[in-house]
Amino acid sequence: MATVSMTVNGKAVTADIDSRTLLVQFIRENQLLTGTHVGCDTSQCGACVVHIDGKAVKSCTTLALQCQGANVVTIEGIAAADGTLHPMQEAFREHHGLQCGFCTPGMIMSAIDIVNRKGNDLDEHTIREELEGNICRCTGYHNIVRAVDAGAKAMAGSAKPMKHAAE
Amino acid sequence: MYAFTYHRPDTVRQAAGLVARKEDAKVLAGGQTLLPTMKQRLASPGNLVDLGSVAEMKGIERKGRTIVIGAMTTHADVAGSPLVQEAIPGLAALAGNIGDPHVRNRGTIGGSIANNDPAADYPAACLAMGATIITNKRKIAADAFFQGMFDTALDEGEIVTRVAFPIPGKAAYAKFPNPASRYALVGVCVAKRGSEVRVAVTGAGASGVFRWPEAEAALSKRFSSKSLEGMAAKAAGLNTDIHADAEYRAHLIGVMARRAVDAAVGK
Repeated sequence: MATVSMTVNGKAVTADIDSRTLLVQFIRENQLLTGTHVGCDTSQCGACVVHIDGKAVKSCTTLALQCQGANVVTIEGIAAADGTLHPMQEAFREHHGLQCGFCTPGMIMSAIDIVNRKGNDLDEHTIREELEGNICRCTGYHNIVRAVDAGAKAMAGSAKPMKHAAE
Repeated sequence: MYAFTYHRPDTVRQAAGLVARKEDAKVLAGGQTLLPTMKQRLASPGNLVDLGSVAEMKGIERKGRTIVIGAMTTHADVAGSPLVQEAIPGLAALAGNIGDPHVRNRGTIGGSIANNDPAADYPAACLAMGATIITNKRKIAADAFFQGMFDTALDEGEIVTRVAFPIPGKAAYAKFPNPASRYALVGVCVAKRGSEVRVAVTGAGASGVFRWPEAEAALSKRFSSKSLEGMAAKAAGLNTDIHADAEYRAHLIGVMARRAVDAAVGK
């Protein structure tokens, strides 16, 4: 057993865990935040994407202990304090960027990371390239790409601060 | 994943001490290969020494005509570095095309070359650009470092701390990725420094990254993709698997080499 402390969605947490605990297990089973999904468990599908210190990573391929002192943001941490959806969440809803929804948390966390790195005006090619690490088995990506494009533009005009901004 | 004891040293010295002292210890860099390998129970170290807090192993600096990259620098940081983009744009582009964005945010240059996966991208850059691999004990030329599939010149417990790339006049990397894994089916890095041209091939060889002397000779006469027209590598010693047979890989090596040269000269 080992002790780990980190910030999850703005809240300081400390826990005694088995060294083997993956970040995604820590988030889901210790913190009971089940919005982050385990899809392939082999760093291919991106359903487990969260932000560590503002950068998108696959939480199935990160040990919780590696996140000692880190600032972790999950899908539960991006809506505004009053419950208003994050512009990227809203764009996925508006553009029907999901069917079963299993990949959606990872898609949205990746999409926000893309905007953080590439700005608000994204072309389709960039979006498709940048979503390389996220797999969806329902939609064929068309509406996801449209949602990311719209969400990116909406993020430019978004004045509402995120509940737990991933700087 | 089997149980292990986790260690988080702050310095290279502490890390090396732990690796030497602890039984069955393995070094953890970005974890993008080691953790999946441990999950599959193909690796089961008793002690895991995480280099994530070793600040002296991170960062990129220019020293004269050399770019020195800390072993714990992520692919994303190499790709996004204005220093690398300006001095060796081909290296920044290579780093920006490893895996996917999430993997690039965790995976490190030191981890990649210490692992020496036969389909990894960085070994081709190190070999083509004549990089020097700096460890906690010594400096090793890339030509001597990569010794075969998943095999390097590193001694037991030796840790890669930095990689020094002499700035080439022209250099670029072209890869044909496997569409599922994104690993290189064939990747070719070409570099021209002064009158010396080096061509390194990854993804194709049964014993990992290797140089292609025929292409180097042809490009030394004239650094143009025309010099490689119609050339393919020898199929002997190349991999045959479900993704591609040796003949196809030999053909792809020629194609990727020409693309890399075109990219290096800015075509």
